[in-house]
Amino acid sequence: MSDLGTLQLQLMGTFFEESFEGLDHLETGLLKLEEGFDAGTVNDIFRAAHSIKGAAGTFGFGAITEFAHDMETLLDAVRGGAMAPSAELTAMLLESVDILRRVLTAHRDGSDPAAHDVGPLRRRLQAAVKGGAGGPKAPAPPAVIHAPTAEKAGGWNIDFRPHRVLLESGNEPWRLVRELEQMGTLAITSDLTGLPPLADLVPACCYLSWRYRLEGAVTRAQIEDVFAWVIDDCDLVIAPLGEQPAVAAPTAANEAPAARAPVAQAARKDEPDSPLASLRVGIDKIDFLMNMVGELVITQSMLGELDDDGPIDERRLGRIRDGLSQLARNSRALQESVMRLRSMPISVVFNRFPRLVHDLSKQLGKQVELAVTGQGTELDKTILEKLGDPIVHLVRNSLDHGLEPPEERLAAGKSAGGTLFLAAFHRGGDIVIEVRDDGRGLDLDRILAKARERGLVTAEQALTESEITNLIFAPGFSTAAAVTDVSGRGVGMDVVRRNVKSLGGNISVHSTPGRGTTISLRLPLTLAIIDGQLIRVAERPYVVPLLSIVESVQIERTLVKRLAGQWDVYRLRDQLIPIVDLGLLLGVTEGQDAADASLLMVVEGDGQRLGLLVDHLDGQQQVVVKSLEANFGRVPGLAGATILGDGSVAFILDVQGLSKLAKHKSTGGHRSAAPASPAPVPGAGATA
Amino acid sequence: MNEGSATPASKQSSTHEQLLTFVVNGEEYGVDILRVQEIRGWSTPMPIPNTPVYVKGVINIRGDIVPIADLRERLGLEHRDYGATTAVVVLRVLNGSRHRIMGIVVDAMSDVTNVPSTDIKPPPDFGGGNGPSLAKGIATLSDKMVTILDVDQIFSLPGGDPVAQEAAA
Repeated sequence: MSDLGTLQLQLMGTFFEESFEGLDHLETGLLKLEEGFDAGTVNDIFRAAHSIKGAAGTFGFGAITEFAHDMETLLDAVRGGAMAPSAELTAMLLESVDILRRVLTAHRDGSDPAAHDVGPLRRRLQAAVKGGAGGPKAPAPPAVIHAPTAEKAGGWNIDFRPHRVLLESGNEPWRLVRELEQMGTLAITSDLTGLPPLADLVPACCYLSWRYRLEGAVTRAQIEDVFAWVIDDCDLVIAPLGEQPAVAAPTAANEAPAARAPVAQAARKDEPDSPLASLRVGIDKIDFLMNMVGELVITQSMLGELDDDGPIDERRLGRIRDGLSQLARNSRALQESVMRLRSMPISVVFNRFPRLVHDLSKQLGKQVELAVTGQGTELDKTILEKLGDPIVHLVRNSLDHGLEPPEERLAAGKSAGGTLFLAAFHRGGDIVIEVRDDGRGLDLDRILAKARERGLVTAEQALTESEITNLIFAPGFSTAAAVTDVSGRGVGMDVVRRNVKSLGGNISVHSTPGRGTTISLRLPLTLAIIDGQLIRVAERPYVVPLLSIVESVQIERTLVKRLAGQWDVYRLRDQLIPIVDLGLLLGVTEGQDAADASLLMVVEGDGQRLGLLVDHLDGQQQVVVKSLEANFGRVPGLAGATILGDGSVAFILDVQGLSKLAKHKSTGGHRSAAPASPAPVPGAGATA
Repeated sequence: MNEGSATPASKQSSTHEQLLTFVVNGEEYGVDILRVQEIRGWSTPMPIPNTPVYVKGVINIRGDIVPIADLRERLGLEHRDYGATTAVVVLRVLNGSRHRIMGIVVDAMSDVTNVPSTDIKPPPDFGGGNGPSLAKGIATLSDKMVTILDVDQIFSLPGGDPVAQEAAA
């Protein structure tokens, strides 16, 4: 391929990225418009549509250009006050956003964009423009086999009568003709009747007029576009050729004569989920980074000045100290700003939900209010990208199964309208995303019945509540009686869980019958640098993420209790905290008696507290997280490794993993085993 | 150890193979020199919890966290204290489709040898045994025999991933 080819590809990538962003923008704007008319928002939306149109034109995506043009025309009418925004209008425009997104996705993925029939919607858009605000309330586009070129009829008769002054504005009729020619088969009839006798003829005036017969799949808008510059200087009549069916001859390569797949089928596969390889970063973040680098250079030169052969005296020592502390500040700021480059606010994901909830609740006949908190919570971009679909699924589930219809809610003594909460916040070293509703909660009996029916559990198996709850994550489980458009389409909670797990996260459900369901996703920050507390166990350094530490206490013998002769717990202010012998768990010691230990570090992971026996607390410092998986593999209980100032390796403990490990070991061990002493594991002795 | 089988010395396109040889328990072993990243002295690694005995831990090699395996123990031999000649051969290993860097602890380094491909024989099949052997071939030199190790097998365990079985538990 030529350089031009690669350049084109790069530009295409940018185009898709920008267009999808533009569509998101459009969508957000439209929803905002629903709350009330606001000229600024309309302008915003208009601009978004306009940029998409322009960019698509550059790349020859004719269908998109045309479609965006119609949207733009409509928006322009709204902007100009010719039309009042209405719910119908918004709905129509939202639909347009959807279809554009589908067509764009098809282009991007190399599938057939013509599978998404833009025809019917375009006609509605155009009708709306013509008919003003009260435009025809066309039925939703049927998911049918349909010629997308319907509106593009077989062709057009164009009657073009330029005013005499046309040429004065620098317009050349032959240019228009040339453009028309490119659209299809053009037959031209010149009308010479306006021509005066030679003696009266003013050469700068245009006396001729033309009649064009244009055959081909061309839209009115396309033709209007051609004449856009001269429209004020001519009389233009554009009329369709007659009701003959569209005969192929697509002008743009991306417009096939017939739509193949019903639209509905392709409906929800369309969210852009393929991770984009590039990162769009706000200029302010880059500027900040530049600043920091500048500071760093200054610090460096300041320290460099001290590097001569003079004696190290008080004064110089002081300056070196200053320099070093400045350096520490700089590198910290630098690191933070680099991290910020990678992270984006979760609003990127959350923004699509007002729309989703709006559409779905209408479709389901439910009243739902969406409450979103923590949109500003920043998350690594790579995680964000993969998070969209799982959350969409959860939200759909909540709307479909969780929240009840108004009657049922009223009967249950609740308000008619349900609320769906979306929240994102930091907890421990993780980001938690919660999807919560105040609906009917999980129906445990039904879940169990279903699981039995599906053969996921046997009839004899007695399950605890949480075990039943967790059945919803089992592959092949879906309680939806009928497969609706909304959920129950087979992509079940197991997929959601798998996705979340693949991001190194965790998912949990909490449900109260009649009160609602909460589903929490816990995701690692994957910030490559964390604040850590250095500890020592058996003379080996480990790092505990500062955020998971609750407190550290001196062990008081009397507060160590032994439960069931097996598990040690520590009574801390009326709370019983299970004690974990860290050295034993990590295989570096033979185990010790908790009562003899001196320090207990209380940590929290997954909502559970755990007391770690620690030999010594060292300082707190920032550590760079290095992956163990790169060269080895995932190790339960370890979040990664880091390299300390002296070049040695220290493991970063994963509190959640540790608690699992401890549980696993204590239940896996023999009943007769010593308290909190697990069965010997292979490798435990290797390091002794 | 149930996956794949020892690949006989297969890269016969070149007429010579260059081997880095080292000594373990008095015997000579060799690896394809192109797989060797570097040779280091012994430094105490940080032990990884719940891993097989022969995985000694991880060390820091210029910012990379690199796991180290004791070849003696991997071969089922007894542990011997590390001494002055103990060396760590850092290898580039193909694990699945991913390249990893891993180190093996050997008793002593030996030599770099050019071996004509024709002198490399597939390892003898003793029948049965425990799955694919670590040996990829046997090179017969004038005065000695060198067992050529399949570096990709050194760290592989049932399930492929060194810790997969624990993680799954």
